[in-house]
Amino acid sequence: MMLHSKPLLSRVADSVYWLSRYIERAENVARFIDVNHNLMLDLPHDFTGQWQPIIDTTGDRAIFLERYGTATRRNVVHFLAFDPEYRNSIYSCLVAARENARSVRETISSEMWEQINSLYLLITEERRKPVPENLPAFCHAVRMGCHLFSGLSHGTMSHNEAWQFIALARRLERADKTTRLLDVKYFILLPSPTDVGTPYDDIQWAAVLKSVSGFEMYRKKFGRISPDRIIEFLVLDNDFPRSVRYCIGLADQALHAITGTPRGEFSCASEQKLGMLRSELDYTRVEAILSSGLHEFFDALQTKMNKIDECVFGDFFAQRPVGARAGVGR
Amino acid sequence: MRFSSYQTEGYYDELFDPDGRPRPHARLLVETIEKLSEGHLLRYKHAAERLLLEMGITFNVYGDSAGAERIFPFDLVPRIISAADWDHIERGLKQRIHTLNAFIDDIYHDQNILKDGVIPAEVVLSASSYRRQCQGLKPPWGVWCHVTGTDLVRDRDGQYYVLEDNLRVPSGVSYVLENREVLKRIFPGVFEGLPVRPVNEYPSQLLETLESLAPAGTDSPCVVLLTPGIYNSAYFEHSFLAQQMGIQLVEGRDLVVANGEVFMRTTKGLERVHVIYRRVDDDFLDPEVFRNDSLLGVPGLMAAYREGRVSLANAPGNGVADDKVIYAYVPEMIRYYDGSDPILPNVPTYLCWRDTDRCHVLANLEKLVVKSANESGGYGMLVGPHSTAAQREEFAAKIQTNPRNFIAQPTLGLSRVPTIIDDHFEGRHVDLRPYVLCGREIYVLPGGLTRVAMRKGSLVVNSSQGGGSKDTWVLAHDLEEPTA
Repeated sequence: MMLHSKPLLSRVADSVYWLSRYIERAENVARFIDVNHNLMLDLPHDFTGQWQPIIDTTGDRAIFLERYGTATRRNVVHFLAFDPEYRNSIYSCLVAARENARSVRETISSEMWEQINSLYLLITEERRKPVPENLPAFCHAVRMGCHLFSGLSHGTMSHNEAWQFIALARRLERADKTTRLLDVKYFILLPSPTDVGTPYDDIQWAAVLKSVSGFEMYRKKFGRISPDRIIEFLVLDNDFPRSVRYCIGLADQALHAITGTPRGEFSCASEQKLGMLRSELDYTRVEAILSSGLHEFFDALQTKMNKIDECVFGDFFAQRPVGARAGVGR
Repeated sequence: MRFSSYQTEGYYDELFDPDGRPRPHARLLVETIEKLSEGHLLRYKHAAERLLLEMGITFNVYGDSAGAERIFPFDLVPRIISAADWDHIERGLKQRIHTLNAFIDDIYHDQNILKDGVIPAEVVLSASSYRRQCQGLKPPWGVWCHVTGTDLVRDRDGQYYVLEDNLRVPSGVSYVLENREVLKRIFPGVFEGLPVRPVNEYPSQLLETLESLAPAGTDSPCVVLLTPGIYNSAYFEHSFLAQQMGIQLVEGRDLVVANGEVFMRTTKGLERVHVIYRRVDDDFLDPEVFRNDSLLGVPGLMAAYREGRVSLANAPGNGVADDKVIYAYVPEMIRYYDGSDPILPNVPTYLCWRDTDRCHVLANLEKLVVKSANESGGYGMLVGPHSTAAQREEFAAKIQTNPRNFIAQPTLGLSRVPTIIDDHFEGRHVDLRPYVLCGREIYVLPGGLTRVAMRKGSLVVNSSQGGGSKDTWVLAHDLEEPTA
């Protein structure tokens, strides 16, 4: 139990959780745009249809098609980076992160608040320009700004209960994004296991790894580009910070720090579901995942992670009627 | 930037005497600024504005497009108050707060001051801020005004007057603290050689005051700050103060009353709350007692308060002494409760419910400032010399319909301070809002918020009306006149 620590308001826990998810989401979207932009410069002209897949990784294809139609670079960048109507655009994420941060300004450190605020100023300034002057520079600034935020939260805020909610949210969001990216990319690049593929496959697989900042680390571990090893690396690696298993492990750790329950046990629904997912990932092999169907695996993973998010809400944020005990710590 | 062409134009200037020489307490400051090379001060000014924006020190403007935030304009030239002047102000404020607490306690108990005919009972009982529901309440130490932000102004003669008492939920103190931080970061050299009293002890003093109100028998009281939420114009201040005091910032929906006690909803269940520094108006505290259409309040809060299970600061109902008609009687109150003459005088005030006063007001609208008894923030106000005939007619009609609701005061020639306008200095009118804390003891924060009417000639300093602010320096001791 965290003794002497002040109780955390449910509303505040909810807000820090979401502010953390939104910052992580903005960083991921900026990285996807950046890597895709870079990839397009390497590919021949007949590959220019490649802006559609990053829309697909958001899961919001229908919204995009309805509002923009064709997936040109300009449309996609506007949709993903600046569209105030689209709730997962970088702009909307940073605005929402700031609104949440504003409501918990006394809980987070001043440094964290100021960093979110400067990200907000960055995106509002960039949005005033008709087209981004320098897309890679803009994406880089957003990514570094988001990393700076997580560094500041690590270094300037007590690692108390509120901080653990920030950590939990970051890992759940990160696992979600890695899963979505792989799900979409794997099937574009490898329609069937027997396909030989194009000469540009290596470049494209490298781009997948770069999309999760994993290219260099993958190279160190496996050397040659191989789709199965990439899946293994991004789903099951025990050291890479964006692998699904690594994220779920840290999320599980954060949740146990919140409840005070020893690891391996559970005291509420979210803890149970997260623990089950963690051990599933701990005790499986990539061959088993591939043979039982990768898409089915990712689908099930998404469903489980959504369920965990719902349970976190129910266990910690929901307004319980007076008299009912929280389902935590007993 | 130089002061050589600076004009005081017949107003009392806080830094210069009528002959254009720096006052003794301002001499060093003027020298420091004049020693800067050309363009430096403007660079500092832009750096300060950028810093305020990055720190997110902004306020929301009501009626503006959704979510519009602005920085509160900050002028780099500080206002300096001599040690002797401050001593006078501090004594005057303590006397006044002491009296106002005695008055409110009297009104909600025996009403001796009404029985003795010092103030007409109908004036008090008709005040819209008088709360019948508070009759008989006994807040700790008999204190009803724990945090006060009295507005003082200086007229052409250099005399300080009390303009308003602001007893309910006064705001602005966070700007006092942040202005000092910004000036120290941007232009540290300006403090050199001057014994400027620090202001950063305020949050500790406030926390101590709040903790002293905890219900008897509470070892380590849980103090929270109750805010209406992030869209309130003073939200920055609420979160700032909660952060500085290390207490929880709560909204009404975070609180719940059970078994006559107040709790907050946490991730681990309900936690008892002992003291609430509430920054919401009386009307929105408890829908069971005050406005029943309010979504902000906490049902049952007043019942818990009445039973002494939770303390509220400021005490509900204290706004009765904030009514601008009742304000006019404060000098009488001081004589009645304190047995002495007021140290800080009121601005002479005409009460429109009195026939003779009303005739005078209606005949002299173009010279007077007319105010509604219960508005703040510069709303519901007519500044006669700056008004149009149509506006005067509109106010004349309002006064005749509801004379109880209006007062009028002579238009004061508020004192001025040099202020950076474009690339030079011009005099701008200021007021002063010192902050007074009252628990078992009274504490006055040295200085307070100096608000500046940024528009040329304007007398309206409110932030909602385009006002700005300055750092306010109180000197620990006065400087010797240099010997020639």
